[in-house]
Amino acid sequence: MRSDRDALPHARPGVPSSRGAPQPTRILDGTEIRRAITRIAHEILERNKGAEGVVLVGIAARGDDLARRLAHEIERIEGTALPVGVLDITFYRDDIGMRAEAPEVHETRVAFDVNGKTVVLVDDVLFTGRTIRAAMDALVDFGRPRAIQLAVLVDRGHRELPIRADFVGKNVPTRKDEQVRVALEEVDGEDAVVVEEPIGMGEDG
Amino acid sequence: MNQHLLSIHDLSAEDVVRILDTAESFREVGTRVIKKVPALRGRTVVNLFYENSTRTRISFELAAKRLSADVINFSTSGSSVAKGESLKDTALTLQAMGADAIVIRHSSSGAPLTLTRWVRGSVLNAGDGTHEHPTQALLDLYTIRERLGRLEGLRAAIVGDVLHSRVARSLSFALVKMGAGVTLVGPPTLIPPDAPAWGVDVSYDIGAVLPKLDVCYMLRVQRERQRQQYFPSVREYARLFGLTRERVGMLPEGALIMHPGPMNRGVEIDSDVADLPQAVIEEQVTNGIAIRMALLYLLLGGAGAEAGEAA
Repeated sequence: MRSDRDALPHARPGVPSSRGAPQPTRILDGTEIRRAITRIAHEILERNKGAEGVVLVGIAARGDDLARRLAHEIERIEGTALPVGVLDITFYRDDIGMRAEAPEVHETRVAFDVNGKTVVLVDDVLFTGRTIRAAMDALVDFGRPRAIQLAVLVDRGHRELPIRADFVGKNVPTRKDEQVRVALEEVDGEDAVVVEEPIGMGEDG
Repeated sequence: MNQHLLSIHDLSAEDVVRILDTAESFREVGTRVIKKVPALRGRTVVNLFYENSTRTRISFELAAKRLSADVINFSTSGSSVAKGESLKDTALTLQAMGADAIVIRHSSSGAPLTLTRWVRGSVLNAGDGTHEHPTQALLDLYTIRERLGRLEGLRAAIVGDVLHSRVARSLSFALVKMGAGVTLVGPPTLIPPDAPAWGVDVSYDIGAVLPKLDVCYMLRVQRERQRQQYFPSVREYARLFGLTRERVGMLPEGALIMHPGPMNRGVEIDSDVADLPQAVIEEQVTNGIAIRMALLYLLLGGAGAEAGEAA
């Protein structure tokens, strides 16, 4: 379900592609990502009539970096510093035991009470929706939020569950076997969203 | 990682780091109001304990339950084992019932290895005879790394009844694997003759070792395993090798005092020493749950076993 992250082309060096070197198509550059985040920050404030009772929870990895950027923008606009948490959904995945190895575990840190709060989940790419399903299950183990909203940088379609985003940076029509790769300054050294041809064996989401 | 965890020798240094890092995430789960995640829903873990153990069994039970696995506790008293069932028949029965993992403690060294011949699931060694107790060593490494920030280059002493201690063996192998220096300390009768082959030093003088330590690990005097007189009296043992208040003063500042439990207060460790802030004995217990969750998750969270069998 997280094949966009788990099967990044650069994580699989030396796998030869029968179609030759893939030609990545750049969907968003650094400036466009910055504008998208600014717009989403405004939309979150507009929808929730301010920052009161709103908390941000990013899904590791990269969703947490985007959540911190959103919090930064909202503080710039509204002057309110929203709490930011990070959620690792590994333990809530629906495919544990279906992969050869147990999926790698990341940090979870939700150091605030979510009871009665409006939680904005933040992720980089919305694809099958399975990650979000797992994230909602994880979140309700921390308490009973008043509402859960979803913000994503890219919605690439191909949903397998009845889930939609409240705030979207960019809708990107894709083929199901393409790879959408989000690079962020914090982890990858640059900001970019690219669509790549599948490398090697296709892995479904 | 292998399908089973029988010995520290089954693990590479890389595996150890992966286990400790995974345990870090599971410790966060232990701080939540709802201390449970659905990761191993539908999996069955059997605790098969041929030796009495409260803390290790409870720790494994809690670990499995916090992962949402189903847990069966099979203790030998009052069971088919008391009626004379062999280890093999017990294993085949558990196999037929679909156990995904068997956590075994046995008084015979090598019993867990033997068990792997009869079952398809993962076998976790929770202590076998005087051989190994790998999960204890891993939780000790976790505790040390968390407190001191690293393992490489640290100097540790393991003091006491090394001869009968599976904890001492597993911990020595693990510390040496991670690049720490280990000195075994105790009366010559309780230091195994093959100890130098483990890559450790040996000393019979605790006073000479203490001032150079980062970790002082005290072992329980296992009188139930001692089949002969290894030292003249408990009082003399306590005087020569016990960790007294006075000896704690010889440790460098920041050095940790550890003990696998259960303690004999007043024998290997003075009662008030066990309660000092640098004694991390309760942290070891808490971290034990996280380590065992990490191991169950890593061993059962993939399809590795079945995939390997199919290949």
